[in-house]
Amino acid sequence: MRNRRFLLAGLLVALLVAGVGSYYASSHPDGLEYVAGKTGFIDSQDEPVDTGSPFADYSTKGVDDERLSGGLAGVAGVLLTLVIGGGLFWVLRRRDGSAGDVAPAEPPVPADAD
Amino acid sequence: MHVPDGFLDAPTSIATGVVAAAGVGLALRKARTELDDRTAPMAGLVAAFVFAGQMINFPVGAGTSGHLLGGALAAVLVGPWTAMLCISVVLLVQGLFMADGGLTALGTNITLMAIVGVVVGYGVFRLALGVLPRRPGSVPLAAAAGALVSVPAAASVFSLLFAIGGTADIAPAKVLTAMVGWHLVIGIGEAVITGLVVSAVIASRPDLVRGARGYAGRRSHLQSEGVGA
Repeated sequence: MRNRRFLLAGLLVALLVAGVGSYYASSHPDGLEYVAGKTGFIDSQDEPVDTGSPFADYSTKGVDDERLSGGLAGVAGVLLTLVIGGGLFWVLRRRDGSAGDVAPAEPPVPADAD
Repeated sequence: MHVPDGFLDAPTSIATGVVAAAGVGLALRKARTELDDRTAPMAGLVAAFVFAGQMINFPVGAGTSGHLLGGALAAVLVGPWTAMLCISVVLLVQGLFMADGGLTALGTNITLMAIVGVVVGYGVFRLALGVLPRRPGSVPLAAAAGALVSVPAAASVFSLLFAIGGTADIAPAKVLTAMVGWHLVIGIGEAVITGLVVSAVIASRPDLVRGARGYAGRRSHLQSEGVGA
């Protein structure tokens, strides 16, 4: 499978998991919340800060249908993560084509070696 | 395991903020050695996939659930330094856009999931890889072992932080026992997901699994194909 096809297939899986699969996820409290409730420190948490995001609590502001609201928030989260993470990694990458022990595709630039 | 604002006091949150900043700062410099034209897009995809995976809470009994943390998974796929950045980006998006995990607790969450999760997950992965027979099938198994240990490890560190700077007056031993107990069970889910995803990627593109280098058979052929794509 070539690079582009692999990446697109992977992205499609991530979008389906977040956009569709998340509706079927367990709504029980997670391990930390459960322990906090059982041992008695759950009330020490503060209300989440309102950052003005339309996707707070994995639901989309103004969308009433629960499935669609959660699905849109999931898709938005995947794309935001992809853009921020992918952008960061693209900026950080080595330009000489070698990451670690991979044979370089082009001759490495001597000044770039660290 | 997303810690909300308020569980830990200000000095503890500041301390974990410093640890997180130092860890991310180091990762920003070291990740460069793991990233090139071919692996950088893969790393972006891994971050996006971990975000998606963290949305899938699976039941672990008694009205409790767990979800993927992804530190071991990301470390095996794209290398530990890049993995720290992947999980940090996921936590940043969750805190800023999804109201999941507190903002003053961002340093705590990065420390627990991006640093402890990755360091322990990757460390156990390397140890397990050294013990298991040298064949491609050992890579997903070792990844699962790393994943399994990484979750209770992060839970233990949370319990330690709670003992130091928890705002509620609860016996630390009680919190530690409950946290480690439940997160051992959640760690089994983490291990299963990590093992399955790593073996699926190895089956289609072994050259894109950094932790499988030297283990996958058709490596050189696929790599030349990958560079050209």
